[in-house]
Amino acid sequence: MAEQKTTTGVVKPEIPEADVIHPMENLLRMDRMPHIWCSSCGIGIAVTAFTAALEKAKMDPNMVSIVSGIGCTGRVAGYVKLDSFHTTHGRPIAFGTGIRVANPNIKVVVFSGDGDLIAIGGNHFIHAARRNIDMLVVCVNNFIYAMTGGQVAPTTPLAAYATTSPYGCVEPPFNIPYLAESSGAVYVARWTALHVRRLTNSLAEALQKKGFSVVEVISPCAMYYSRINRLGDGLDMMRFYHDNVEIRHGEDTKNLDIGFQTKIICGKFVDRERPTYMERYSQWLTEVKGAKK
Amino acid sequence: MKLWRKPLDSDKIKIIRGEIHIIKDRCKGCSFCVEYCPKEVLEMSEEFNAKGYHPPYVKKPDDCVECHLCEMLCPEFSIFVTVKKEDEKPVTVASGEEQT
Repeated sequence: MAEQKTTTGVVKPEIPEADVIHPMENLLRMDRMPHIWCSSCGIGIAVTAFTAALEKAKMDPNMVSIVSGIGCTGRVAGYVKLDSFHTTHGRPIAFGTGIRVANPNIKVVVFSGDGDLIAIGGNHFIHAARRNIDMLVVCVNNFIYAMTGGQVAPTTPLAAYATTSPYGCVEPPFNIPYLAESSGAVYVARWTALHVRRLTNSLAEALQKKGFSVVEVISPCAMYYSRINRLGDGLDMMRFYHDNVEIRHGEDTKNLDIGFQTKIICGKFVDRERPTYMERYSQWLTEVKGAKK
Repeated sequence: MKLWRKPLDSDKIKIIRGEIHIIKDRCKGCSFCVEYCPKEVLEMSEEFNAKGYHPPYVKKPDDCVECHLCEMLCPEFSIFVTVKKEDEKPVTVASGEEQT
């Protein structure tokens, strides 16, 4: 099939023949492709792993809702063929809580970046973990505010350069698994964009978990983080992950700090049970008001 | 792969072969698929796509073992693998009005 020209003059990519369609065609809005993410960005890999995890966990796509905030990863909501919600900056967890409370049958997945969830949405993050709202948070961590031009994020490692830290970052970064565990998350894992199969398994496990689950995905940012720090392109970042990632399941989350070009510890760190907000709420109501007549 | 002896069940085991489909105009030339293909089936081509990137091409189409790693690692959703049909038999229509 030849190229199609739309009314706006945008050249649409060649659509494959009907008998060979992309296996993710039923979960992604392929009419929106090519997406806005830069060449060799890891967010696309995280989305692939998530769609594979949905199929692996045998989730009904009609009962899954994706909520995204602002930023590069915030665009995920526009590319999935599920009920999706593109919300204000930092508030995807707050909106997701609303969806969850209004319809407890829906599995809410918050898909957003580190700048959105940990910086401006930091309070929503810790309080949703404290209440143990039943949702899955996929936090794509690229160590920088990429969409706005590479400013220092709360996850930027010490001494790493950014456009707002010309002499190197002096602020100690957040350790996302430690923050999540200490706030009360029931499932905490960290993977890089290179570990697709393990990431898929982890996401499938977290989708079936009841409670606040956090999966951190470390993603290469070729356009800002590695360009400003002269770390090469996305492929060099992937090679760095290949050589410097150590998998330690059940590691104490205190030891998971990420320094500038130091070893990254990946794995599943926390898997525990806690009563969720809805369970506590209904239990409390029956205690106070008596059982439903 | 070199083996020091022929496996006893080598005639019974059939390796599934994959067929790689590349949507060239979606590719942004990150070359993850080329780097991480365990069988080194793919290679970057010299040609340009509509966006000015170099998409990969299938260098050794018979070596693909349908592991789907390129499909999982592609950030652009532009490469996927299907099972290669070994012997394509003509499709016979089971029922329908067309047959008289």
